[in-house]
Amino acid sequence: MKYDGKVPSGPLAEKWKNYRGTMPLVAPNNKRRLDIIVVGTGLAGASAASTLGELGYNVKCFTFHDSPRRAHSIAAQGGINAAKNYQNDGDSVYRLFYDTIKGGDYRSREANVYRLAEVSTSIIDQAVAQGVPFAREYGGLLANRSFGGVQVSRTFYARGQTGQQLLLGAYASLSRQITLGSVQMHNRHEMMDLVIEDGKARGIIARNLLTGELERHAAHCVILATGGYGNVFYLSTNAMMSNTSAAWRAVRRGALMANPCFTQIHPTCIPVSGDYQSKLTLMSESLRNDGRVWVPKKMEDVEALRAGKIKGVDIAEEDRDYYLERRYPAFGNLVPRDVASRAAKQVCDEGRGVNVAGLAVFLDFEDAFERYGKSEANAHGDHNPSREKVLELGRKVVEKKYGNLFEMYEKITGQNPYFTPMMIYPAVHYTMGGLWVDYNLETNIPGLFSLGESNFSDHGANRLGASALMQGLADGYFVIPYTVGTFLSKEIRTPKIDPNGAAFKATEKAVADRIGQLLGVNGTQSVESFHRRLGKIMWDYCGMSRSAEGLNKARKMVQDLRAEFYKDVFIPGSADEYNPELEKAHRVADFIELGELMIVDALDRNESCGGHFREEYQTEDGEALRRDDEYTYVSAWEWPNPDAGDPTLHKEELVFENVELKTRSYK
Amino acid sequence: MKLKLKIWRQKNQASKGTFETYDVVANEHMSFLEMLDVLNEDLISQKKEPVVFEHDCREGICGTCSMVINGHPHGPNGGTTACQLHMRFFKDGDIITVEPFRASAFPVYKDLAVDRSAFDRIIQAGGYISVNTGQAVDANSVPVEQNVAEAAFDAAACIGCGACVAACPNSSAMLFTSAKVAHLSLLPQGQVEENQRVLNMVNQMDAEGFGRCSNVTACEAECPKEISVANIAMLNRKYFKASLASEKKVQ
Amino acid sequence: MSLTGLFLVLFLVVHLAGNLQLLLDDGGEAFNVYTKKMTTSPIIKVISYGNYFFILLHAFQGILLYFKNRKARGSEAYAVKVTKAVNTNSFAASNMAWLGLLILVFLGIHMGDFWYQMKWGEVPTVVYHGDTYENLYLKVEASFSNIWIVLFYCLSMLGLAFHLTHGFQSAFQSLGLNHPKYSPFIRGVGKVIGVIIPIGFAIIPLYYFFLK
Repeated sequence: MKYDGKVPSGPLAEKWKNYRGTMPLVAPNNKRRLDIIVVGTGLAGASAASTLGELGYNVKCFTFHDSPRRAHSIAAQGGINAAKNYQNDGDSVYRLFYDTIKGGDYRSREANVYRLAEVSTSIIDQAVAQGVPFAREYGGLLANRSFGGVQVSRTFYARGQTGQQLLLGAYASLSRQITLGSVQMHNRHEMMDLVIEDGKARGIIARNLLTGELERHAAHCVILATGGYGNVFYLSTNAMMSNTSAAWRAVRRGALMANPCFTQIHPTCIPVSGDYQSKLTLMSESLRNDGRVWVPKKMEDVEALRAGKIKGVDIAEEDRDYYLERRYPAFGNLVPRDVASRAAKQVCDEGRGVNVAGLAVFLDFEDAFERYGKSEANAHGDHNPSREKVLELGRKVVEKKYGNLFEMYEKITGQNPYFTPMMIYPAVHYTMGGLWVDYNLETNIPGLFSLGESNFSDHGANRLGASALMQGLADGYFVIPYTVGTFLSKEIRTPKIDPNGAAFKATEKAVADRIGQLLGVNGTQSVESFHRRLGKIMWDYCGMSRSAEGLNKARKMVQDLRAEFYKDVFIPGSADEYNPELEKAHRVADFIELGELMIVDALDRNESCGGHFREEYQTEDGEALRRDDEYTYVSAWEWPNPDAGDPTLHKEELVFENVELKTRSYK
Repeated sequence: MKLKLKIWRQKNQASKGTFETYDVVANEHMSFLEMLDVLNEDLISQKKEPVVFEHDCREGICGTCSMVINGHPHGPNGGTTACQLHMRFFKDGDIITVEPFRASAFPVYKDLAVDRSAFDRIIQAGGYISVNTGQAVDANSVPVEQNVAEAAFDAAACIGCGACVAACPNSSAMLFTSAKVAHLSLLPQGQVEENQRVLNMVNQMDAEGFGRCSNVTACEAECPKEISVANIAMLNRKYFKASLASEKKVQ
Repeated sequence: MSLTGLFLVLFLVVHLAGNLQLLLDDGGEAFNVYTKKMTTSPIIKVISYGNYFFILLHAFQGILLYFKNRKARGSEAYAVKVTKAVNTNSFAASNMAWLGLLILVFLGIHMGDFWYQMKWGEVPTVVYHGDTYENLYLKVEASFSNIWIVLFYCLSMLGLAFHLTHGFQSAFQSLGLNHPKYSPFIRGVGKVIGVIIPIGFAIIPLYYFFLK
């Protein structure tokens, strides 16, 4: 590997502390003269921009939304992990680190994950100080709940809207810096390309989305916090505008894309209801604390369900297959996401799916109603309540815990989950892959950093629940403010970067040409229709399970789709106005290229690990078969020009000095 | 189901808009925005300009959608954003009028998209707690009574969509501003700066050209997050206290 | 608006209490005695000037508010206009300015009819227990035999009812007095006041028109 991970030496628990104590700093008077561009205002971007502003750097921050507060971090529901051990249940920094490494199926960098676990506790302190209204116990102290794949309660939450509250905290900090003048905010500006001057990232070309004008913005370094690429599948739990373009443009300028095939399919989403569907809605993982997942044992029950002759509640207890509890007795319904999703797919592949399309399983709360109802009745001194009374009391308890989720389910499906089991199915939710970064979160392009979901660094092949918020904020608040100094301390003699330099002009011209090319096609098919077709290819062949045969076929299909796109896409309107169709066209064009790279990566990885399941590599009972001897590496792909041949693979070997690689078992 | 849509079309901020009528075939499982997607695909296939409407998360939390459906911001269902509104609440043959949010402080950019940056500026005027990264004490060092934390959450649940302004006959932004004031003032961490905060935020709200509150309560009635006008009373209280009983002035 | 409004509510209560004496079957004696007291006492005089001032201030504030809010609303109106409200009457809440204007017009006519007559008009006199009083009672009887005046009074009181129903509780909200325990009570009082005061006033013309 020609690219160095730059992991500091020393014992795991001392690395970050020692590194922080010895890394080069930038003096306050020099910070004032250094400019930083931050693209994206989600948890990672907003926290980075505000913290860098506080430190005294000149920050220019960009979002394509109308306000920084709209970033998709806002939609995260369940919670944020931190090794506070407030519950006294044996949690520690090491345990959070270990759970995350194991949950990620041993495909992430030890040192990065340990640092994440280490700073997790400061995030909670910071959020509380900003006024984030986390859930609290009666005594006024912070409450916790449990998430999949762990055996402690370390998840802090604000009802089912933790992401919203954390983002509003970061947005508030960012707003304060905007008022103080240290951050210059550019709303409704989309990064169209990265400008590289003398081998260093020195700026971006942004498009003012209202006027269509291209703008050149220069800085001493560029930070991308632009989120994940789940929308490559068209249908996902991501927001409609979430996209890969900023990251992909960096790849086109020489950055490496790491582990692109590692995508997380979340097991509890509302099933697809028709062809017109534009996105999928997540039902928080926390529901699996109390819900039981099942499908009917008998095919005649399945057929009656689909014909609408019976309902889930009509099927007798002994005719139900609680397949997660059956297969994984130790973790039951709380197995990690990849395991739960795959199991749902398997029962549906057997033909036992419970909706008309055969692509749904039940998530049933009847047991929870009964359990909570009984204890509630007991608490009220009623030791012999009727079943009806028990269920009624139990529903109230469940409403307190998950009221907003139940309401959301009813709004979307028109069915009342208090009286009929929910129907759920896995959906694309998160992408563990992303821009390759070293320990400093710097990509292989000097001066280009990547934070949050847009980098690959911490989650390996599968992310545990409530860890995305943790990583975004860790990167933004507590890592980049230090590590950016390793680059900027060498730039203190560099004068202000001139946005009228040759590199800027050339890059701007390239962007204008690309816009002209897209508008010039003037074909017949809508951007949306291409996106849908790409999504279907990716879901069918590079989704929950993959095979070499399918992947090879899919690669050809994506290549053909790309050719067709540039021949027949139709974009209404012009380039010099507010034109959402043009914005979408850029994003879909980049998704098509990324889609091909994901397929190439999935083909290269001849093993099953985490969210990546290759049908050829499974154990006799259908579990993932990891191949540590050959695949304990990060795949970092170089592909600056998809028209000039195949991508080049760089391998970063993963070294595990502190944990032993084991078969991940939740049985 | 067959529907007739009367939609506001406006090329840009400078031009004058007008209603156009479209026929669309939808089904009851679609969300309202998916129904508009169908219309737009149809328009694109005829090489016409699609209707611009803002949207993003489509699960009721980002606050991006900004349309008034049959006179109601986010549509006639209570506690629902436009993206969560489903077509099963409409009937075959319905005529549906879709307009942008209307207020002087929210100028229309194009069709149904409006400029809500005034909200950002109100927050920038003081909707934060001044704490730098790394300065925080341990999270459990200041206990907060559970019901107070819940009340703060209720106010903090605001998604900044602007439906309150759109619904208010006075185009007042009091519900939005008061929700932030209440959220921060309820928590011990936010109380330190509350006098300065309320003065600055109210001053900015007025400067943006929003109207004055006359307690019509249409804001609460149409708020997709059902934020209470009790927050407005709290803002009034805090404002009186800050302007009459503190030394602070607008900064 | 809230402070002046609440003061005016107080005035209405006092005014109604006095006027209800018109319902006594004593040929107008109690009312005429009361009228004289009200027009001659120096304290009442001061209060009444204060009252005029507050009425004008309330109206002036209202007009300013109306124009400021109309500007905030912008030039383009909604094609479909609906106003939902919580815990208040949406018609009243969104038409306070027009209801207020109706009341202002009413006040003008009302003052012209009685107060102006008292001050500068020709009012016959009457003698009780050796003292001479202006017999405003006769003037009341005469006015309320005219159906148009009675109808206008009743309509105005309906307007006042809406204005008060929203206005009373709205004043407390504006003053920041909102509390989960007490607000329902305040809203209740507002409803009672909003119904009883206008009915109390409206009964007088109706009584004179139909029963005298």
